[in-house]
Amino acid sequence: MAVARRNPLLTLGKYAAILFYLSFALFPLYWLLKISITPDQLIYTEGTALWPTDATLENFGKVIWQTDFLRFFWNSLIVSLAAAAITTVIAAGAGYAFSRFRFPGQKLVIALMLLTQMFPLLMIIAPIYKIVAMLGLLNSLSSLILVYTAFNIPFATFLMQSFFDGIPKDLEDAAMMDGCTRFQALRKVILPLTLPGLGATLGFIFTAAWSEVLFALMLIRSEDSMTFPVGMLTFVSKFSVDWGQMMAAGVLALIPSCLFFIFIQRYLVQGLTSGAVKG
Amino acid sequence: MARLDLVGIEKRFGGVEVLRDVNLSIADGEFIVLVGPSGCGKSTLLRMIAGLEDISAGEFQIDGQRMNEVPPRDRDIAMVFQSYALYPHMDVARNMGFSMEIRGAEASARASRVAAAARTLGLDKLTARLPRALSGGQRQRVAMGRAIVREPRAFLFDEPLSNLDAALRVEMRLEIARLHQRLKATMVYVTHDQVEALTLADRIVVLNGGIVQQVGTPLDLYQTPANRFVAQFIGSPTMNILGVSRTDSGVRLANGAEIALPGLSGPVAELGIRPEHLDLADPATAPLTGTADVVEHLGSDTNVYVQVDGVGPLMVRQHGHVPLRAGDRLGLVLQPGQTHAFTADGRTVRA
Repeated sequence: MAVARRNPLLTLGKYAAILFYLSFALFPLYWLLKISITPDQLIYTEGTALWPTDATLENFGKVIWQTDFLRFFWNSLIVSLAAAAITTVIAAGAGYAFSRFRFPGQKLVIALMLLTQMFPLLMIIAPIYKIVAMLGLLNSLSSLILVYTAFNIPFATFLMQSFFDGIPKDLEDAAMMDGCTRFQALRKVILPLTLPGLGATLGFIFTAAWSEVLFALMLIRSEDSMTFPVGMLTFVSKFSVDWGQMMAAGVLALIPSCLFFIFIQRYLVQGLTSGAVKG
Repeated sequence: MARLDLVGIEKRFGGVEVLRDVNLSIADGEFIVLVGPSGCGKSTLLRMIAGLEDISAGEFQIDGQRMNEVPPRDRDIAMVFQSYALYPHMDVARNMGFSMEIRGAEASARASRVAAAARTLGLDKLTARLPRALSGGQRQRVAMGRAIVREPRAFLFDEPLSNLDAALRVEMRLEIARLHQRLKATMVYVTHDQVEALTLADRIVVLNGGIVQQVGTPLDLYQTPANRFVAQFIGSPTMNILGVSRTDSGVRLANGAEIALPGLSGPVAELGIRPEHLDLADPATAPLTGTADVVEHLGSDTNVYVQVDGVGPLMVRQHGHVPLRAGDRLGLVLQPGQTHAFTADGRTVRA
């Protein structure tokens, strides 16, 4: 590749722009972290100072040992992992079928799936509540898993379909000529090539479920099965908001998402680019 | 090794008829080339032999056994794809040995067969590489290696050379010819390139519009084409076609020149003459006269595009170097016995 000589001012400008964007995007996270380590008595007195004069981990200790937060965390983890896993498995199957087969009613199914994406959630939250209540699933984690899975399947299916579309059909034909059954061809040739897509889909659904608050708020009332975004609201009491602990909880909530993304990052980057290059 | 029989094969996609009544017997060890313009159904026919497409009607047999319902993996046929279709996540050795891996062959047997195939194809130093680290020609070799390792009853090739550059194409063509001589296996090869067809085939099947136009040896097709389509498709440069009117003893060209075609019966609407069967002559006595439009000096040959008076454009190929320039006046004679007569609907009229 030829390296063109660049105007140094332009390069400087580019980095300045990136720096500005980064600080803009990361500032809320910084603020979260800053308040979480600010001692309670300083929160209001030095409210807007960029740097606290004293730091403490007290808030983290309180959140972990004196509140139900570990339980909320655990609940969120179960719901998000289950929703991500179930959605990805179903979406992979459906996406493969849409990508490889032509069957009667296919267009109708695709149209219906698109249709479900057109309504604002607020419109359907009442009927969903009613359905979940009738199923006797209110206040249970399975209700959330069910709802998240149902709502994420269409998007995840289209995502997976585009990944399967990116894998040449010749590869399956070649595998079948080499002696595979269709299922063997899927497992030995197509699946390894779809890992980036699976990773991307898993990550996407996991984050969506992890931070979902509307359904969690509506369908879960008991503290036992609260997920973490709903649990955050327990820091808001009638007369005050416990900012320090709330922010500490927020910082802790970032950890699983970060870990998950570090874990799938390799696949995700590959996946996003392979999706992007394919016209 | 195997004999392949296609009996009344048809293919329809919905209401669209892609192949009609294909009958073909491929002898054990024969090299058959399916050739035709794009969309003629040649690749579909190959995929039906492979088992990747359903057969709408008719029967396909290997060694006399009906294969219509047999899945690809049980037909014991190897196929080389136009896109090579190498498994991107497996190295060269595993790509080539994948069929044996699937069939549960022992690792040592697999390794020795793969090594042998890699040696013959000059891939022995590349077996640990992934396909993306190979050049186009090397990928092509791996795809062939994958087929060889199988030791199948028959080989299918679907335009295997069309993604290679010209020099490499000639080299790989030779390699395929050698492979056939060495293995003596039944091979079916699809191409739209008539040079590949003429150089490789024992017999050529010319397809157009889903219908078999002619089956024959390369020389048959060149010398006695069954119709105008085959006549123009086989041979390079393309055969000249002239509109003619019938006379008692032969035909009359548009400029009035008469050509005797002894023993020919029935109506004749067109006359075909290959560029290499036209000779330059003295304009004063030649039956055809014209002006050189474009002259191509190839060294071994000279191609002359001639505007013939009263007839139209004709192409002439002369062996060796001919010192002509655009704008020169020249005369043409047709070599006797080298013309092809066609009816108005393109069928060949024979004496």
